[in-house]
Amino acid sequence: MVVSSLKLQDLIEEIRGAKTQAQEREVIQKECAHIRASFRDGDPLHRHRQLAKLLYVHMLGYPAHFGQMECLKLIASPRFTDKRVGYLGAMLLLDERQDAHLLITNSIKNDLSQGIQAVQGLALCTLSTVGSAEMCRDLATEVEKLLLQPGSYVRKKAVLTAVHMIRKVPELSNIFLPPCAQLLHERHHGILLGTITLITELCERSPAALKHFRKVVPQLVQILQTLVTTGYSVEHSISGVSDPFLQVQILRLLRILGRNHEESSEIMNDLLAQVATNTDTSRNAGNAVLFETVLTIMDIRSAAGLRVLAVNILGRFLLNNDKNIRYVALTSLLRMVQSDHSAVQRHRPTVVECLREPDASLSRRALELSLALVNSSNVRAMTQELQSFLESCLPDLRADCASGILLAAERFAPTKRWHIDTILRVLTTQPLVQVAAWCIGEYGDLLLEGGCEETEPLQVEEEKVLALLEKVLQSHMSLPATRGYALTALMKLSTRLRGDNNLSLPCHILELKGRLPSHSHATLWPSRIRQVVSIYGSCLDVELQQRAVEYNTLFRKYDHMRAAILEKMPLVERGGTQDEEAKESKEAQLSEAALVPTEPQASKLLDLLDLLDGTFGATQPPPALEPSPGGTLVHLLDLPCASPAPASIPNLRVFEREGLQLNLSFVRPPGTPALLLITVTAVNTSGADVTHFVCQAAVPKSFHLQLQAPSGDTVPAQGGLPVTQLLRILNPNKAPLRLKLRLTYNHFGQSVQEIFEVNNLPVEMWQ
Amino acid sequence: MIKFFLMVNKQGQTRLAKYYEHVEINKRTVLETEVLKSCLFRSNEQCSFIEFKDFKLVCRRYAALLIVVGVNDTENEMAIYEFIHNFVEVLDEYFSRVTELDIMFNLDKVHIILDEMVLNGCIVETNRARILAPLLILDKMSES
Repeated sequence: MVVSSLKLQDLIEEIRGAKTQAQEREVIQKECAHIRASFRDGDPLHRHRQLAKLLYVHMLGYPAHFGQMECLKLIASPRFTDKRVGYLGAMLLLDERQDAHLLITNSIKNDLSQGIQAVQGLALCTLSTVGSAEMCRDLATEVEKLLLQPGSYVRKKAVLTAVHMIRKVPELSNIFLPPCAQLLHERHHGILLGTITLITELCERSPAALKHFRKVVPQLVQILQTLVTTGYSVEHSISGVSDPFLQVQILRLLRILGRNHEESSEIMNDLLAQVATNTDTSRNAGNAVLFETVLTIMDIRSAAGLRVLAVNILGRFLLNNDKNIRYVALTSLLRMVQSDHSAVQRHRPTVVECLREPDASLSRRALELSLALVNSSNVRAMTQELQSFLESCLPDLRADCASGILLAAERFAPTKRWHIDTILRVLTTQPLVQVAAWCIGEYGDLLLEGGCEETEPLQVEEEKVLALLEKVLQSHMSLPATRGYALTALMKLSTRLRGDNNLSLPCHILELKGRLPSHSHATLWPSRIRQVVSIYGSCLDVELQQRAVEYNTLFRKYDHMRAAILEKMPLVERGGTQDEEAKESKEAQLSEAALVPTEPQASKLLDLLDLLDGTFGATQPPPALEPSPGGTLVHLLDLPCASPAPASIPNLRVFEREGLQLNLSFVRPPGTPALLLITVTAVNTSGADVTHFVCQAAVPKSFHLQLQAPSGDTVPAQGGLPVTQLLRILNPNKAPLRLKLRLTYNHFGQSVQEIFEVNNLPVEMWQ
Repeated sequence: MIKFFLMVNKQGQTRLAKYYEHVEINKRTVLETEVLKSCLFRSNEQCSFIEFKDFKLVCRRYAALLIVVGVNDTENEMAIYEFIHNFVEVLDEYFSRVTELDIMFNLDKVHIILDEMVLNGCIVETNRARILAPLLILDKMSES
């Protein structure tokens, strides 16, 4: 039975006539069965019609894989209508993962060399959509031939097929690079557009190509100039702007070529200024070109005046009524805020206004930009704006906004009080109650003492605090987490409240608590708290029940440990970026100073240790002598490195020979009892200079010694500027100090070496 | 680079779907529904550019049809917005005051027009006369 096949139109009518989803599916399944039968029978005349129907059905979402082989047959047929549908089917149904797609390679090859433009166009279109790597390699030469043919219809398609091929097989760039220069001379906009895209793709893939194409920058500038200055051209103008698509593509390529390259950027400067000022901004096309221009100005090494122009253009965009333009302006400003911060700051009021937009995309962008613009001078105003935004914004933006406000507050808070106020305003009810409960628990004793630095002190009664926490526990609105916080806070208060913290009093006194004066309540707090806690021992919420039972046990069996367990949290080390930076810079300075002398001295001091006798210990504690600054400087960082305060220990002259005198002065800084600073001063009263003066020291094993760099190694004659050197000795065990010194120098043409122990060290040095 | 080009009506039925980057067939319907959800509930006063996963959507509404184009990060959204209008103008000229039904019943011709304008995700031709030339020749051939 031959069923006359439906035309595509009729099928569509039928599908539209179906009232329900099930009916539609029925119609389609019936039709698919027909189509399958027809494919099996191999009817060549109506094949294209069947495939067209199949494609329609496929678009609606139904499976259509059985049509793949039919596509191949249709492509191979000589009729154009067949080929047309066949190629369309190939584009929609085939993809790289199917094996069938390789079979069309041969057909495409034949079609490409045929010479009929329409057919070639079809083949190129399909190749650029589904071409896999092998296909591209096979057909590359064909496409290259087509690039240079006279017909523009085929050439523009061939250029874009080349783009696809390069994306799939980067090695083919070599084949497609030479024709580009020639193609740029074309006047046909389609070819130009394709060529610019091809060059862009080549430049993005290889830096060598980028260098090669920098040569064509003048040519591109010329093309763009002609576009901008010629008047109304019927062919390509869109709302009065001549071929905005080509302009945008050229600008994008100029951006890639001019990035980080002074020369090219200079050539482009004038042109960019011209485009920026001459483009008609009343319609969207003009604004599109202007937007691309601004992006290009930002990315290349442009003149300062040009950048100012770009920022002003963006400012104008922000004030425009059209939402799209505002969105685009906000996006670009966000990109610029790192590099041109002050310029963007000028537009801050407008950005803040955009926060109030009801549109989701705009408000998200405005939020990001506002957070980036917060600095120490505008933090108060900005936080106020952001807070009002937080109340009215969409739920998905709320999290970002809140965290942004808190981060900004932390970085730029003018006073601590303002910081805390801001945090309080950002927190909504439940989190606020949780934070408050935790604070009351931890710092309850501070709360009850009263006293606050900036406002008048509020006197809070213990009774009120406990009643409040009990209210939180009982309130219907509290989340289980909040109740958990409140319970723990109550427990902590049991150790923090004033008064006798034991449970020796019997419970029936609790009944009288309402009538007793406040001072005798002091002894009843733990019992009261215990009673509240034990109520929750039978609570339905498992978390609360567990807490209550454990706390109760704490009261009952481990009362002696209660205070220790409920102790305050230790303070968190507030590293903070400023403290860390200061520490790091100090480390860097000190490491430079200490590294130089410790390196050579390390080896020499080992010799010294060999000479010293056993009482001093053969091994000094290594950290004192290692070149690495890490260990040694730990001690140094505790204290300032300034010159020592005036000594309270008398100076000592330890050495004298032929006019060279060595004095020791001692300082014990008051903050660190274990540290002793010794300054060794070498003075030369003789007639000849002392050169290559080196002083080394050794101390017993339990001490840490640090030698800093001497002020010089020449002690000038006749009492000239003395050489000083600082010794830092750490004496954690408060052991008696013994010090041995070794001097080497040249004096009167002779080299001298002296080793001696310093005696008569005053007792104050180590006690 | 353009990733996909969709034309959907208000009830959510796809009238034209062209993908320039491979997406699995079953994932296509999911993608289309999600895209619809973000775009359908926009009024005309709102911004036409939406951020969606890792690419951007540019939507434009024409009476009952919504055209959505998905582009990657490097593309200029406003140029694409203009391109959509260009496409609709071409359709308008070919079909003389195009309606949704025209697109439905002549889907293959619409595909041909789109293929003339966009190749592999890049815009290739925007001149109305040149786009419609091969199509008009084709029509003349099939009539005779």
